[in-house]
Amino acid sequence: MSLDVNEIQTIEHDVLVIGAGGAGLRAAIACSAHKLNTGVLSKSLLGKAHTVMAEGGMAAAMGNVDSRDNWKVHFRDTMRGGKFLNVWRMAELHAKQAPERVRELEEWGAVFDRTKEGLISQRNFGGHRYPRLAHVGDRTGLELIRSLQDHGIHQGIDFHMEVTALEILKDGDRVAGVLAYRRETGRFVIYKCKAIIFATGGGGKAWPVTSNSWEYTGDGIAMAYDAGAELMDLEFTQFHPTGMVWPLSVRGILVTEGVRGDGGILKNNKGERFMFKYISERFAPETAATEEEANRWLAGDKTARRPPELLTRDEVARAITAEVKAGRGSPHGGVFLDIASRVPADVIRRKLPSMYHQFKELAEVDITKEPMEVGPTLHYFMGGIRVDADSQMSTVPGLFACGECGAGMHGANRLGGNSLSDLIVFGKLAGDGANDYIKGLGSPPKANNEQIATAVRRATEILNREKGTNPYILHEQLMETMSKGVGIVRVKEELETAVTELEKLKVDAQTMKAPGASQYNPGWHEALSMRSLLITSEAVTRSALMREESRGAHTRLDHPGESAEWVKYNVIVKKAADGNMEVEKRPKPEGHAALVAIANAKIEDLESGKVGADYQ
Amino acid sequence: MAKRLFKVWRGNAEGGEFKEFEVQVDPGMVVLDVLHRIQTHDANDLALRWNCKAGKCGSCSMEINGKPRLACMTRMNSFSDTETITCQPMKTFPVIKDLVCDVSFNYEQNKRIPKFKPKPRDADGQYRMYQEDVDRVQEFRKCIECYLCQNVCHVLRDRDGREQQTFIGPRFMIRVASLEMHPLDTDDRIPELKKEYGSGMCNITRCCTEVCPEHIGITDNGIIPLKERVVDRFYDPVAIIGRKLLGRKVRTKTRAEEEGKK
Repeated sequence: MSLDVNEIQTIEHDVLVIGAGGAGLRAAIACSAHKLNTGVLSKSLLGKAHTVMAEGGMAAAMGNVDSRDNWKVHFRDTMRGGKFLNVWRMAELHAKQAPERVRELEEWGAVFDRTKEGLISQRNFGGHRYPRLAHVGDRTGLELIRSLQDHGIHQGIDFHMEVTALEILKDGDRVAGVLAYRRETGRFVIYKCKAIIFATGGGGKAWPVTSNSWEYTGDGIAMAYDAGAELMDLEFTQFHPTGMVWPLSVRGILVTEGVRGDGGILKNNKGERFMFKYISERFAPETAATEEEANRWLAGDKTARRPPELLTRDEVARAITAEVKAGRGSPHGGVFLDIASRVPADVIRRKLPSMYHQFKELAEVDITKEPMEVGPTLHYFMGGIRVDADSQMSTVPGLFACGECGAGMHGANRLGGNSLSDLIVFGKLAGDGANDYIKGLGSPPKANNEQIATAVRRATEILNREKGTNPYILHEQLMETMSKGVGIVRVKEELETAVTELEKLKVDAQTMKAPGASQYNPGWHEALSMRSLLITSEAVTRSALMREESRGAHTRLDHPGESAEWVKYNVIVKKAADGNMEVEKRPKPEGHAALVAIANAKIEDLESGKVGADYQ
Repeated sequence: MAKRLFKVWRGNAEGGEFKEFEVQVDPGMVVLDVLHRIQTHDANDLALRWNCKAGKCGSCSMEINGKPRLACMTRMNSFSDTETITCQPMKTFPVIKDLVCDVSFNYEQNKRIPKFKPKPRDADGQYRMYQEDVDRVQEFRKCIECYLCQNVCHVLRDRDGREQQTFIGPRFMIRVASLEMHPLDTDDRIPELKKEYGSGMCNITRCCTEVCPEHIGITDNGIIPLKERVVDRFYDPVAIIGRKLLGRKVRTKTRAEEEGKK
């Protein structure tokens, strides 16, 4: 049957942003400020993207609460948290620009919690030396997305809600548009554009225990891969140490790090505050050695060091896993997070209102009276689409990426609070980058009808088949594979088994069947997203197999400890000419000497100006 | 736990009916979990919206046993052991399919409200606001846009598809309140509130407040103070005479009226 591509609705923009979370909205606002005709696609309704679930805050070295803070300390924290695998320039840009991006949100209507002096208040978080997270109680993500949304709708941006992108359309090497479909009607739409900005998030939905929503199916990562873009660092999947573990139906839902930032402590079933046993060498000089010292820090003693509960997420998640494995876990396979015995009930309700609400309503636990049960949950992809640090352009001309789907900023492990700031810093830079690209573009790109027809046919086959694999069941099998083989601790044999199983799932995915019509059909949507999930999962698994060391969020039982050799390399994934996935160990570009010195400096030397003073 | 009987509305704009599903329910489940189980095993194409599963995004609004609720925050053990659970789409908005409604009306209302217009920053580049001055605004900003308040608003429910819609509804009264009471905002929205947003149409039945999953005091903290501001501006004789004596001018015309005059 021939398909007339000319009958498909076509919409034109200068730039098309895919994803309407914090990064996508910020990128779109930047594009519209450059007077570009800007469109935004979102799988959900506007304002519902995953950013809305971010709780703790956004990191920006404004120094409102502790004046010792500045961009260099933030940069150093970020590099150390990322185990020195971050792209130096990105960590630098982020630390420098985050304060201005946060103040700009205030100009657009965001109402952050205040200090006594009336400035934006900042809270403590894991891996951040000083209180640095601008926040609104524990619903900072909502404040971010709503501020951008309410500002963005007046900037002449076209929002295309409940539209899912399927494939990047290309004109030779460069992008020419996107094929997408409307979820409501099931109809296809061709978006023609000169540049595309991906702000599509990660792929947490490949795991059964995750804080991610249904949208997190790695669409951007997979589409970029298909279009020939390089992916990077995908072995680094962050397991947030504190997800809910009970009841089963809410397993994985996030419990903000703010609980620990505001004084919460972790205990095992013996009542022991176990984190003191897990302080690594790198952080020992800056971490409290005793409970007494940690308590003094909480009380505001500036000479005391930070409690070990505020170590970076990879370290805390591994410690919890070790406690549970040793039989010291809570009844439902987690550990206890206790703030009730540490902070007065009214303070908990004021500072952590949505945590209070969430536990009360979903688990029937009153967190002002009893401890929470928590355990690791797949939370975030450090890796993603490889981009230029300044412009955010991928290796495909005209394709940009920002936010979680971009790689490099966070290295091997992201610090809490560095995500929301990442969204607004790199969202804006991606918009600026797209503008520069479009200004320098010669002839406008043209989409190829053959490519469109093939993609449409592949999508509609799922509906037209007589019978076939249930996409939901296939998804469950994928989650089982990833959970067994590519979890928080990894080993060669299990990763290899996962690769084999993924190959089989890829074959099964060829014959998926979604019953019903194309109008608002979640079964069909699920089937279409399986393609993205499978590509993303394979990239994570193959990257994890290649990196033979344990660094940050990637732990190999058969290769314990960080290797001096591997810090010099990134793992790059790319589609080979034969269509297979190519994985490459590629030397990591070196950083500016001054940045390297700052990241490696002793904190005293940095703050006294002995190191890095003349680098601005 | 036992099997439970669910009645789920299935259909589209042209019509539909309740379909029965018998589903295994495990401890701790919420209604959304059960609907997902139905979707996985019995009805792959069952349309519903959801995202966060933790009451933070406001996507899974529907009517459960006749009450407007978030499916993700409605625990199965809040019903008696043998009770049949009925799920249907929100009543005020047109149905698209199954449990999904066309809520674009709400996005249109938001566009009618001019954006935040802050005063300039202090000389050091900072804004200063005190916590006690922003508490009230922060309450309004907790709104997750689930539109349950819009769904139960009598004014919106009775509009019967009339083209000329004035009242923006409780969600957007709260949005206006969050701007009006924002310490930095310099815009004046009172004439628009009265003449364009239909503040007088709300007759304070508090249905919106009752269904708010964020427990925002929509009526008492938002709508009533806004109504009072309208009264002060347009109807309070003492205030009007006082302004005349002092020679103070306030806006009583909307922007549209001002521009029309030009």
